[in-house]
Amino acid sequence: MITLQHIFYLVGALFAAWALLSLSDRSNPKRIGNAIFWGLVALSLLAGHLIGDFANGLLVLALSAIAAFKWMGRGKPSTSDAERAAAGERHGNRLFVPILIVLLTAVIGTLLYLYTPLNRTGLLEPGRETFILLCLGVVLAIAFIFIWLKPPALAPLDEGRRLIDAVGWAAILPLMLAALGLVLRDTGVGQTIGTLMLTVIPEGTILPAVIAFGVGMAIFTILTGNAFAAFPVMATAIGVPVLILNYGGDPAVVGAIGMLAGFCGTLMTPMAANFNLVPAALLELKDEYGVVKAQIGTAIPLLLVNILLIYFLAF
Amino acid sequence: MNAYLPLLGLLVLVLGFALRFNPMLVVPVAALTTGLLAGLDPAEIIGMLGKAFNDSRVIIIPWVVLPVIGLLERYGLQQRARAVISGFQAATAGRLLILYLLYRQIISAIGLHSTAGHPQTVRPLVAPMAVAAAEGQGELDEETSDKVKAYAAATDNVGLFFGEDIFFAIGSIVLIQQVLEGYDIRLTPLELAVWAIPTAIAAFIIHSTRLLLLDRHLARRAAGRPS
Repeated sequence: MITLQHIFYLVGALFAAWALLSLSDRSNPKRIGNAIFWGLVALSLLAGHLIGDFANGLLVLALSAIAAFKWMGRGKPSTSDAERAAAGERHGNRLFVPILIVLLTAVIGTLLYLYTPLNRTGLLEPGRETFILLCLGVVLAIAFIFIWLKPPALAPLDEGRRLIDAVGWAAILPLMLAALGLVLRDTGVGQTIGTLMLTVIPEGTILPAVIAFGVGMAIFTILTGNAFAAFPVMATAIGVPVLILNYGGDPAVVGAIGMLAGFCGTLMTPMAANFNLVPAALLELKDEYGVVKAQIGTAIPLLLVNILLIYFLAF
Repeated sequence: MNAYLPLLGLLVLVLGFALRFNPMLVVPVAALTTGLLAGLDPAEIIGMLGKAFNDSRVIIIPWVVLPVIGLLERYGLQQRARAVISGFQAATAGRLLILYLLYRQIISAIGLHSTAGHPQTVRPLVAPMAVAAAEGQGELDEETSDKVKAYAAATDNVGLFFGEDIFFAIGSIVLIQQVLEGYDIRLTPLELAVWAIPTAIAAFIIHSTRLLLLDRHLARRAAGRPS
C-alpha cells in the first residue's frame, strides 16, 4: 500500500534537493541559511517519525531561529521576464496541458479510485488518496514536459527552488501555528476563555447566547488561527450546555454552523498563515496582510449571516 | 498556579503580530510563555511543539507542485495565462473570480479540496488571469494589481472554507461529531454536512457581490484618469 509516509519521503527528497542546490547558488549571499532551513524541513519529512518529540522540538526552534535572524535570502531566476513572454508566445496554450495533467490526475484519479472497484485493491492509504494522486500527477506532468520541451535535467528542481525561496520561511509557518494551538489547548487556555465569556451573557434569552457563541468562535479562531481549536472550547462553554441542553437548539445546526462561524474568523487572522500569509508571499504582494484585508469585507457580513442562521434554524 | 496566567501567552501572540515581529519568532515565544506560566517545564514544551509540528507535516505536501509550476513559468505560463484572458473582451477580474469561486466551492463540496489551492491554481492561473482581465478594464498600477491578486487568493479561501464542509468526510465534520458525542449527542456526518449548505450559498452571494464591487472600483479608476 502507498501510504502518507511514502509521500513524505518523496517531498522530503525534493526539499533535500532544494537544500543542496541552495548551497551552490552563488547569486544568493545567504545561501547557507537557505540550505540549512530546507535541509531541516527535509529531515523532518524523511525522519520526523523516528527522532522523537524532543528532537523534533529542537528542529522547530532551529527553524524559527533561522527565520527570526533573517538568515535566508533569494537567488536570481535564470531566465528574464522578456524571455518568458517570448517562450509563452512560442508554446501557446499547450502550456496548460501539464497543469491539467496534475489537476485531472488528482480529481479524476480520486473519483475513479473511491467510486469504482479500484478501492478494493487497497493500493492507497484511506483518506490520503488525493495527496498521493496529486504527487502522481506532478510526476506525470514533469515527464510530459521533459518529453515535449527537453529542459535541462535540473530545471524542475531549480525553478521549484526559485518559487520556494520566494515563499521562504512562511512555507512552514502553518506547522508552527498548529504546534502553538496544541500548547494552548493542553494548557487549558481555551477553557479559561470559555468561562470568562459565560460570565458576560445575560441569562434567559436565546439571542445573546447565540451571538456569544458565534462571535466567540470567530474571536477564538482569530487568536489561534484555527477553528478546530476554537470549536471544542466554545462547544463546551456555550454551545452544548446553553444552546443545546438549556434552550433545546438543534445540535446539528449549532455544531455545523458554529464551525462555519469560526471559519469567518479564519479569514480575518494572520494566525491562519497557510491561507492568509503564505499566498501573499507566493504572489509576491507588497503588503503581507493584503489577503486578510481583501477578506474582512466578506468575513464580517458572513459571520452575521451565520449567527442569524443558527438563531432561526436551530430554534 | 492561577488559571488566568497562561492567558499572557495570548497577549504575547497578539502584541507580537500587532507590532509586526517575525511570526516565526512570536509563535515559539508565545508557546513557551503559555507553557511556562501553566507550570510545564521547558523540555516538556519543546516536546509538545515537536510532536504537533510532526503531526501537521501533511500541510507541506502541496508544495510538491512547485517544480511543475516553476518549469512552466520558465516557458512562459503566466504570460500565456494573461494572453488568453486578454483575448476575451467580456472578461473582467470580478466575473472571472466569481466563476473560480463557484468552481472552488463545488470541487471542495465533493471532497476534492486539495486539488486546487494557492500553489496549485492561484499562482499559476487564477492570479495572472485576474490581473490580465483587470488590465483590460484599465491601466493598472502596482497597488491595484496587488489588490486584484489579493482578491484572487481571498476567493480561493472563501470557496474552500464554505464548500468543504458540505463534503461529509472532512476533518471539521468529524471533529464536530466527536465533540458532540462526548455529550451523548449522536449525529451522522450527513446530518451535519447538510447544514453547511445555507452558509455556502450566503458566502457565494456575499463574496460575489464584493467581486462585482471590485469590478466597479476598477472601472471608476479607469474612468478617473485620462487615457
